[in-house]
Amino acid sequence: MTKIQTQYNRRSFLKISAAAGGGMLIGFSWLTGCISEGKKDETLAIPNEWFDINGYIKIGDTGLVTIYSPNPEIGQNVRTSMPMIVAEELDVDWQHVVVEQAPLNTGFYNNQIAGGSQSIRRGWHPLRMAGATARRMLLEATAKEWGVEVTVLTVANGIIKEINGDRTMSYGEIASKAVGLDVPEEVELKDIKDFKLISTSVKNVDGKKIVTGKPLFGLDFQREGMQLAMIQHPPAFGMKVKDFNEADIKTMPGISDAFIVDITIPEPGYFDEKGFLQLIAIVGKTTWQLMKAKKALQVNWEQISEPESSEMHLKRMEETLASEMGESRKDGNPEAAFKKATKVIERSYSAPFLPHNTMEPMNFFANVTETSAELIGPTQTPQALEGSVSKLLGLPIEDITVNMTRMGGGFGRRLYVNFGVEAAAISKKIGGPVKLIYTREDDMTQGTYKPAYLATYKAGLDENNNLIAFSVKGTGLPESPVFENRFPAGTVENYIAEKASTKTNITTGAWRAPRSHFIAGAEQSFLDEVAELAGKDPIDFRLELLDKAISNPIGKRNDYDASRYAGVLKLVKEKSNWGQETPGIHRGVAAYFCHNSYVAEVIDIAMEDNKPKIKKVWCAVDCGIVINPDAAVNMMQGGVIDGIGHAMYSQLTFKDGLPQQSNFNQYRLIRHSQAPEAIEVFFVENNIDPTGLGEPGLPPAIGALANALYQATGERYYHQPFMSYKPVMG
Amino acid sequence: MPEYKLRINGTSYSVDVDSDTPLLWVLRDELNLLGTKFGCGIGQCGACTVHFQGAAVRSCLIEVSTIGISEITTIEGLSEDGDHPVQKAWLEHDVPQCGYCQSGQIMNAAALLIENPKPTDKDIDNAMSGNICRCGTYVRIKQAIKTASNQ
Repeated sequence: MTKIQTQYNRRSFLKISAAAGGGMLIGFSWLTGCISEGKKDETLAIPNEWFDINGYIKIGDTGLVTIYSPNPEIGQNVRTSMPMIVAEELDVDWQHVVVEQAPLNTGFYNNQIAGGSQSIRRGWHPLRMAGATARRMLLEATAKEWGVEVTVLTVANGIIKEINGDRTMSYGEIASKAVGLDVPEEVELKDIKDFKLISTSVKNVDGKKIVTGKPLFGLDFQREGMQLAMIQHPPAFGMKVKDFNEADIKTMPGISDAFIVDITIPEPGYFDEKGFLQLIAIVGKTTWQLMKAKKALQVNWEQISEPESSEMHLKRMEETLASEMGESRKDGNPEAAFKKATKVIERSYSAPFLPHNTMEPMNFFANVTETSAELIGPTQTPQALEGSVSKLLGLPIEDITVNMTRMGGGFGRRLYVNFGVEAAAISKKIGGPVKLIYTREDDMTQGTYKPAYLATYKAGLDENNNLIAFSVKGTGLPESPVFENRFPAGTVENYIAEKASTKTNITTGAWRAPRSHFIAGAEQSFLDEVAELAGKDPIDFRLELLDKAISNPIGKRNDYDASRYAGVLKLVKEKSNWGQETPGIHRGVAAYFCHNSYVAEVIDIAMEDNKPKIKKVWCAVDCGIVINPDAAVNMMQGGVIDGIGHAMYSQLTFKDGLPQQSNFNQYRLIRHSQAPEAIEVFFVENNIDPTGLGEPGLPPAIGALANALYQATGERYYHQPFMSYKPVMG
Repeated sequence: MPEYKLRINGTSYSVDVDSDTPLLWVLRDELNLLGTKFGCGIGQCGACTVHFQGAAVRSCLIEVSTIGISEITTIEGLSEDGDHPVQKAWLEHDVPQCGYCQSGQIMNAAALLIENPKPTDKDIDNAMSGNICRCGTYVRIKQAIKTASNQ
């Protein structure tokens, strides 16, 4: 057993009533209700009284346990997997657990953010400790009750027993006595081999509610007396609103108000809006009336910076790459090595701006008074929202509450808090509760896009086809996509990475697997071409390089574990029967490490009616301990489809500052018929602390796709979307 | 504003709305039937799919004045207790990720199975391609439809 100090984030384990702001947790059940739908058949009755054991756990007198899931749920399934970790250490029957979303409470929880695939990785220790601490306190309470030592007690499934006796005590019976006990200084965590719940497939706690259409999402939130609002932002980047036909709009049916809001705040942070700070807001009774009022808007816009176009964007990035760039890593003497090389290959890759396009458009509820602000809705960063609203309204943080709804997708879009801040600004102006709703067009043309990128790779081989020189340089609008310390850095004697940003007035932000979603595809397609030039099998070529990184790495800053990297390649090689030819099947492979997890993928394509059709995707994953295997498979499948879909079909282009695509009739997302027929996922088994899977499945899919397409069509695919000028798949 | 009488999930409702109000917003804003989702407003994503006389339609495109006595079924009325074969199959395969598009996917799949109780992969692709899942649960949706088709 591992003994572990509870000092780390100790506040989380204190009795709720003793902590400032703790009262917020109690009674926050407007969405989930007391008992979730799935618990109807359970034998345990609804408790008359609940006892707060710590910030994560309350236990009812009947033995029913509520576990608060601290992090925002965007579809990555943390509302199931995070409470599973608590329940494991608490040693309670999962059938007796009810999950509730915790509100933002920085005093209790650390890292209440859905981003960077970090929920599980950063939650692992605090969640285990929350469960273990509560279990220990329940054991201590029982020992005290019976007048025995804790050491003579054991617990399983929420029932405490004497090791050498007949007495039993359920968590429900003893919970009241555990409240108020001193939090132990040190607790024992379970041995990994004793896990009963972790690494078993547990169904989504909200599954039943989702398939029956229960109101779980921000857009579904209702409050008595609430009005609805919509915004109109400038149609083009580089524009600002001057004035509009306010009087006409206000007289339209169902419209109560129309005005310009300004969401400029002092010292804006990373998650604040950078583009459209002044917006037209229309407030009214029904969504349809607001939509009609939006159509009736006549606005005078003001040009405040140069309107940009996609042609201009590409040209600017090409100019950056041709100019002096920032050198971020150099090993050996690349210049000399390229001169010495027998074969040299150079290729360029690009990808366009992309909106996130969560299926649930941006929305937020706000109720601002003179002295307080209440915000409810879909946010990946409740803490950033709280901070920005505090700045906007000039209210102290303590007077602002943020509660999170389930989110209809995140993908990074809801890291940015502008729509919550806009809701607060509108609520303040009208002096009442309001729910702000974006239309799809508002959502797609508002910015915060995945940046556009351009990168050039160059490799040099010696006469024995060894990779002796490697160069990567990349730029983007506005950020460079290059990770200088990632593979193949560390495997090549002479290596150089250069990067620079290119300016734009299009606003961008993190998009699922930032930078990796582009650079992995570029790098992995390039390596495929280098392997081909060297006359080597693409997996063997990579393994050869990784062997070098294992035995004799170049440089000290390599940010990956070469053995784990090689491990997923070997696993996917074995599972996919790589090397065995199947008539009509064309295969591509890629592997990538990002967000602390390792993934290798093989994509099988067949040509059907002269069009490529993805038959199967094989994935090998090393994310340490897998908390919830079937949910992890789901996440991987989603990442693969997301990667394939965007690389194949999606792009956002600009003309005179205007996004040229504003809804799904012009902007293509992958659909059923284009999805792979099957996706199989295999996990490397180990006892390494778990890492996340929200993002790592996506980046290698783009490389594996490009490489499989090459095998199937004989053409290399350098520029996304691959199918923009080609016949559509499927 | 005119008054419209509607038959939804076997219940009669009367609503007072503009004649061009789409069924989607009647359901969501007037009747508090929030299971039908707003995704695009132009019939391209399928999040707002409901049954109109048993066939799958996009409720964002149906003006309230055109409905008349037609029977509408939403996700809330698909089954008594979430026990429609399609809903059960969805749970068995643990399909949802974010879950937002799933009531539209389920309504579309349920309509497909009425018309074609044993759809092939190609039939499923054809019938379902109007329903976008941004999380990429397509593989599981197909498996779930096949499971439901065997019920």
